Amino acid sequence: MTENQRPLLLQVSGITKAYPGVIANSDVSFAIGTGEVHALLGENGAGKSTLVKMIYGLVKPDSGTMTWRGAAYAPSEPRAARASGVAMVFQHFSLFEALNVAENVALGMENPPGMGALAAKIKEVSTAYGLPLDPARMVGDLSAGERQRVEIIRCLLQDPKLLIMDEPTSVLTPQEVEILFRTLRQLAAEGTSILYISHKLEEIRSLCDSATILRRGKVVGSCIPRDRTAREMAELMVGAVLTPPERGAKKDWGDDKPALEVIGLNATSPIAFGTSLKDISFAVNRGEILGIAGVAGNGQVELQLALSGEITSANGMVMAHGVAIGAHGPIDRREIGFVVAPEDRLGHAAAPDMSLVENAFLTGAVRQGLTQRGFVDWPATRAFADQIIQTYDVRTPGNHVAARALSGGNLQKFVIGRELLQSPDVIVINQPTWGVDAAAAAAIRQAILDRATAGAAIIVISQDLDELLELSDNFAVLNEGRLSPPRPVKGLSIDEIGLMMGGAHGAQAVAHV
Amino acid sequence: MIRLEKRPLPSQFWQVATPIVAVIMTMFAGGLMFATLGKNPIEVIRTIFWDPLFGEFAWYLRGQLMVKAGPLILIAIGLSLGFRAGIWNIGAEGQYIMGAICGAAVGLAVFPTENRLIFPVMIVAGAFGGWAWAMIPAILKTRFNTNEILVSLMLVYVAQSILAMAALGFLRNPEGSGFPGSRNFSSYPAAANPEIIAGSGLHWGGVFALITAGLLYILLQRHILGFQIKLAGQAPRAARFHGVVPEKLVVLCMGLSGALAGLAGLFEVTGPAGQISIDFNAGYGFTAIIVAFLGRLNPLGIVLAGLLMALTYIGGEMAATNLGLPSAAVQAFQGMLLFFLLAIDVMSNYRLRLKSTAAKMLGVK
Repeated sequence: MTENQRPLLLQVSGITKAYPGVIANSDVSFAIGTGEVHALLGENGAGKSTLVKMIYGLVKPDSGTMTWRGAAYAPSEPRAARASGVAMVFQHFSLFEALNVAENVALGMENPPGMGALAAKIKEVSTAYGLPLDPARMVGDLSAGERQRVEIIRCLLQDPKLLIMDEPTSVLTPQEVEILFRTLRQLAAEGTSILYISHKLEEIRSLCDSATILRRGKVVGSCIPRDRTAREMAELMVGAVLTPPERGAKKDWGDDKPALEVIGLNATSPIAFGTSLKDISFAVNRGEILGIAGVAGNGQVELQLALSGEITSANGMVMAHGVAIGAHGPIDRREIGFVVAPEDRLGHAAAPDMSLVENAFLTGAVRQGLTQRGFVDWPATRAFADQIIQTYDVRTPGNHVAARALSGGNLQKFVIGRELLQSPDVIVINQPTWGVDAAAAAAIRQAILDRATAGAAIIVISQDLDELLELSDNFAVLNEGRLSPPRPVKGLSIDEIGLMMGGAHGAQAVAHV
Repeated sequence: MIRLEKRPLPSQFWQVATPIVAVIMTMFAGGLMFATLGKNPIEVIRTIFWDPLFGEFAWYLRGQLMVKAGPLILIAIGLSLGFRAGIWNIGAEGQYIMGAICGAAVGLAVFPTENRLIFPVMIVAGAFGGWAWAMIPAILKTRFNTNEILVSLMLVYVAQSILAMAALGFLRNPEGSGFPGSRNFSSYPAAANPEIIAGSGLHWGGVFALITAGLLYILLQRHILGFQIKLAGQAPRAARFHGVVPEKLVVLCMGLSGALAGLAGLFEVTGPAGQISIDFNAGYGFTAIIVAFLGRLNPLGIVLAGLLMALTYIGGEMAATNLGLPSAAVQAFQGMLLFFLLAIDVMSNYRLRLKSTAAKMLGVK
């Protein structure tokens, strides 16, 4: 099936949008037919989000035109776009946790009907599209997948002609993804066009009729996803040939105690609406990688804080090589070779307004011996910063640059490199490649594997299942602050992983109760 | 349309230029204010900024410069440490008073003994008084998460009441025929803090201020504690990740700024003021907040800012007496300085952009 067999719905021609210092979109053209599921494919920063924001009326293009069913289309605000029949589900939800589902839906509508009628309508639409949802439930009690359903149903009630979905599966378990895809296919069959933004290639292959691939703001190709392999599309997206990371030979280190052991760890979350950790136990030996999966907000941040020493626990709950360190702070833990790379680069892993030299000192001070009697050895710190920049190919004009001036991927390379260069024994990395382009991600994964080969015990916390399956020896899932017992990755099926993640909420919940 | 756009790197130029531009703009706006009050603005500004240094009475007023700048610098340097770490001690005025009372009480308790150790012990007592008063908001903050701005500020008024009690009651001069106020330290050599070089205005307070400025400059530039203080202020989560315990930092910064304010009070009561009196405090603790920011929270900048602020004090007093300017106008003038400073400070991290018309010409509409 090709585009021109369908009646044209939206045509985008020569759209350009520049922000100071960056061209987000340059001469972008593509078309969506009625009832077509069209993928916008590209890495982070390729310009996908800017493009759909222009279609949704949130951003005005600098130049270029759009036509909607043959007529000129230039929405000045989202309301105008909605009036034409465009609806959008954002990656980050805009819901009020203290209100129920129906009230949240009403808040997003132009002319909401009465609450009773609306609740009935929500029930009707949600059953019609296989998205079970109780209109009376508080949004605060819903899972991420259920929250997304609220957003989708809010859109469906407007009877859209074009539904834009921005990275919809990043918060879903595999089973929830299946439910979502069934709904989207049903919508497309009924004539609703879908513009689907993602960088997950297998999903696009199974769902989308056609794809437009963006790289650095430009259209670099279009294809029928079913006819291409994921590898081919990835290389189009990245513009380079990708080599998968390689694992060095495994050794038996002959330790009698695991490098890191966590025993019945309980910790209250320091974050408002955070998830407290409940009875978490696992062990990692030298040379092993434990992958911890889970939908964001299930205790990943808290687990990282408890491992780095930012939250302390009873001493015996965290053991490194048999030594109790649960009550020790970050500096003590680094001293014995236990390093952590937090997920949030800017503000947590690095101080945004400080230079790379100061940020190198931030965690390097202890293990790199950068202080003498409390005084900072700045020349040695500069040398350490330069070493990180060189070894991990951090693109920066120099070590004096503030951390916030670096792109996300470059700062991530700096932050991970800073920890890996300290010849650590135990490494915890939260979201190693989040928001990083494919080439940099490959380099980071290779660096992690190399450290494992060199004998470090590594814990990778990630929401990217493919990444975890590629890297890990053992696999566990964090769900509502509890950790499933780790299982070897070999022989683990995607369905089993889905069930470990708590399965789908709603329709499939019965399956594993 | 004018927009503010975040700079990728803080501007080095504006970091230096901000205080200078702020002073110039204050002169303009202040001049306007003076003109509306019916004074010749140029004459007023000359009286404030020029006459104390090079005018007829400069021989005396130059000495006064160090007298006024000393406590301002000492207090402002302490405050700047906390301000860098995001810990807002607004109650230095109260810590200044309590330092003066504690130090004076120790001295007066042993009156009229003569011993070389008396003054050093008084210095320790003065620092302790300020430190203890600052510990109240610090501990309330770390234990009960109260707001240190409110608590420290409210404690200024408590300290003022204690000051009145001291002047009227427990520290009153028994030979003062019932007048409020303590004995005068100028007639008690063991406890007095006289000018070190006659006519310079420099007493031990000024010496301490300069030494502290040097030490804290080194602390901030070279010591890990200085790094931790900056880190805690700029990125609190990164600071915890580094290993800073925020509670310890609160206690340290509040304590240090309190102790330095207490020292300033002790040097003032034993030197220029001479005695504990009901109206002993002259607002140094509050003005030091302006000085700290005017000096860009940098110890060396604070020394210069302290001198400048002392100049406006002395010049302002001259303008009030010689030109009949209301003293409120002088205070408003000093307030303008902080106002312009904070406003222009935006320029170090942002730049002004006039929205380009080129985009509109290219655009669809």
